[in-house]
Amino acid sequence: MRQLITPRVIAFAVGMLFALAVLWALLQGVGPAFSTLAKYGRFTEPTAEQGFHEYPAKRDFSFNGPFGKWDTLQLQRGLKVYDEVCAACHSLKFVAFRDLSALGLSEGQVKAYASKKVVPGIDPVTGEVTTRPGLPTDYFPSPYPNAVAAAAANNNAIPPDLSLITKARKDGVNYVAALLTGYGPQPAELLKKFPDSKTPPGLHYNPYFANLNLAMAPPLTAEGQVTFDDGTKATIPQMANDVAAFLAWTAEPQLVKRRQTGWAVMVFLLFATVLAYMSKQQIWSAVKPKKTKG
Amino acid sequence: MSFPWARQYQPTNGLMRFLDEKLPLPRLVYNAVGAGYPVPRNLSYFWNFGVLAGFFLMVQIVTGVILAMHYAANAQVAFATTEHIMRNVNWGWMLRYAHANGASFFFIVVYIHIFRGMFYSSYKAPREMIWLLGVVIFLLMMATAFMGYVLPWGQMSFWGAKVITGLFGAIPLVGEPIQIWLLGGFAPDNAALNRFFSLHFLLPFVIAGVVILHIWALHIPGSSNPTGIEVKSESDTVPFHPYYTAKDGFGLGVALLVYCLLLFFSPNLLGHPDNYIEANPLSTPALIVPEWYFYPFYAILRAFTADFFFVPAKLMGVIAMFASILVWFFLPWLDRSPVRSGHYRPLFRKFFWFGLMPCMALLFYLGGAHAEEPYIMLSQIATAYYFLHFLVILPLVSSIERTDPLPTSITAAVLGSDKEAAKGGTASPVAV
Repeated sequence: MRQLITPRVIAFAVGMLFALAVLWALLQGVGPAFSTLAKYGRFTEPTAEQGFHEYPAKRDFSFNGPFGKWDTLQLQRGLKVYDEVCAACHSLKFVAFRDLSALGLSEGQVKAYASKKVVPGIDPVTGEVTTRPGLPTDYFPSPYPNAVAAAAANNNAIPPDLSLITKARKDGVNYVAALLTGYGPQPAELLKKFPDSKTPPGLHYNPYFANLNLAMAPPLTAEGQVTFDDGTKATIPQMANDVAAFLAWTAEPQLVKRRQTGWAVMVFLLFATVLAYMSKQQIWSAVKPKKTKG
Repeated sequence: MSFPWARQYQPTNGLMRFLDEKLPLPRLVYNAVGAGYPVPRNLSYFWNFGVLAGFFLMVQIVTGVILAMHYAANAQVAFATTEHIMRNVNWGWMLRYAHANGASFFFIVVYIHIFRGMFYSSYKAPREMIWLLGVVIFLLMMATAFMGYVLPWGQMSFWGAKVITGLFGAIPLVGEPIQIWLLGGFAPDNAALNRFFSLHFLLPFVIAGVVILHIWALHIPGSSNPTGIEVKSESDTVPFHPYYTAKDGFGLGVALLVYCLLLFFSPNLLGHPDNYIEANPLSTPALIVPEWYFYPFYAILRAFTADFFFVPAKLMGVIAMFASILVWFFLPWLDRSPVRSGHYRPLFRKFFWFGLMPCMALLFYLGGAHAEEPYIMLSQIATAYYFLHFLVILPLVSSIERTDPLPTSITAAVLGSDKEAAKGGTASPVAV
C-alpha cells in the first residue's frame, strides 16, 4: 500500500483530476455548441450586432505612419467643428486653452479664444459661485454642471468626454470619422432577419456603433454647417475627418514629439548595438572555435 | 562557492584596498558578475534573458518611483493625475509609456527565461532552489502587475480588480468575507486603490530581494548550459566579464531596440482601449480581460464552465488557475530524467515543441477572446493538455525515454574534442 502512493502516482492523480474536470465541462458544452453550429453554420447564435456591425475603413491622415505630422490647419478646422457642434453636449476636460498653441494659435489668439469661453469661477468679493471669462490656463468647460444634468438633458445617455475618445475606442480616429458619417436608415435585410431589432424610438441607427443603435442624433447634418476660416469647403466627410483629427490630437498631443524622440533613440540604439556586437565578436574571437566541423 | 580556477579579486589601488578590507563590495561584484564568476563557454542567446529580466526590473523601479511622484492614489483623481502625467509633466508621457510597456517587456523576457528553463530542465538538481525562487519571483510579478494595472483607474482597472478579487469569493464559506477584507469594501473603491498603490510600490523591492537570493542560489552550482552537462574543467568556462558582459550588452541592445520601437511608435498596442475610459461602476465593459501576460491563466480560469461533482465551476476554475502556476514548483521532482537538456531528449523535445508550446500559444490567444464557442471548447482542450503535460506526460516521458548520447564535456561539445581545447581553445584571459 505504502509503495502505491508514490509522488508520481499523486502527480498522475492530480493531473487526471484537473484534466477530467475540464473535459467534463467540455462534454457539457459540445452538444449545445455543435447543435448551434448545425443550425446556424456558426458556433454562436447570429445577432444583429455581429451581422451588421461595420468596422471603419482606414483613412488617410497627415499624422499616420512613423513620420506623420499634424496638419495644424486641419486641427484648427477640427477645433471649430468641436466648438460649434460637439461642445453643445461633449466636454473636453483634459485639454487646456493654452494647449491650443500646438495648433498654431499665437499667444494672443489663445487668450482671445479663452476669453470667449465662460468658465466656473468664484466672485472675488462675495465668494459666491459665479462664472468668468476663461484664461489660457483654464480647461475646456463642461456643457453640463454635473453627470445628473448631462443624463437628464440627453435621455439618460451621458455624452462621453471627448479628450481621450480616439484612444478609448478601437481604431479610434477612423472610428470617430466613420461614426459621424455612418448614420442611415436600418437596412431592410436586418429587419427581415431580426424583426425584434428595430431601432427603438429616441435612438439612431449607425452600423459603426457596437450595438448599432446610438443615442446621439446625427450631429453633422448639412454641408456648410461650420464655416472654415481657411476657405475649405465644409462637406460632411470633411468636417468628420477634421474633428476626428482634432480629437486624435486631444487624445495624444505628444504624438509627433514622441515619434521624433523615438527616431533619435532608435538611431542611437542601433549604433550602440552594432558597437556592442562588434566588441562582443572581438572579445569572443579568442575562445570561439574556428568554423570547422565540431 | 565557485570553481577552484575562478580568478580572485585583486584591489589595484589604495582606495580599493581600503574598501576591500572594510566592506568588500567590489569583491562581491567581481565574484557575481565580474571576472571572478566562471560561466560555461557555450551559453546560447537564450541565456541572455536573465540579465534582461533584471534590467527590466530596474526600468520598472526607476520609472515607477518617478511616476509615483506625480500620481495620486485617490479614486476621485487617479484617472486625472494619470492624464496629468501624460500631458503636463515634462516627459511624463515617456515615463508612463516606458512603465506600461516595460511591464510587458518584463513579462516577455521572463516568459522566455522560464520556458528556456523548462526546455533545458535547468530546474533539476543541483539548481532546484534557483527554480523555486524563480517561481516565487514570477508570482510576485503577477501580483505587482495586477495591482499596477488598477492604478490608472480606467474601466479595465476597475473591472479587472473586481473580477480578480471576486475569485476569492469562490472560496467556500469564508470567500465573501475575504473578498471584502481584501478590497476594504464591497466593491473596488478608494480603500482598494490606496492599498494596491501601497503594495504596488512595496512589492518590486521584495522582488529585487528575491532576485538577489535567486542569483545567490545560482552562484552556488554556477550557470547551467545548453548541453546540460556540468562544468568539469577550466576549459569549459570563461569568466563572466568580459565574455558575458559583452554578450549581454549586445543582447540588451537588441531588446532595447524592440522595446523602444513599441514605446515610441505603438505604445498602446498591448493595452486595452477601455482603460482610457474612466472607471464607472455602473457600466460593465462588453469584454473584461486582464493584461495580455495573464491571458494563459485567465483562459484556464474560464475553461471550467461546469460543476465537477460537488465542486462549483467557479471554484474549480480558481483552483486550477492557481494550480497551473503552483505545479511549476514541483517540476524538479516531476521530471526525473537524468539528462537535462532537451537537445538530448528526443521524446521530451517532441512534447515540448508540439505539445506545450502550441498549448501555451493557444491559451495566450484564448485568454483574450470572448467567452463564447468555439473558444471555450478550445481552451478546455488546451487546459486539459496543460495539466496532463506537467503532471502525467513529463513523469512518464522521463521514465520511458531513451536519451541521446551526451558529449563528454562542454569543451568537447564546442570544439569537437577536449584535446583541441588543450591546444588552442582555452579561455585564456583577455586584456580588457
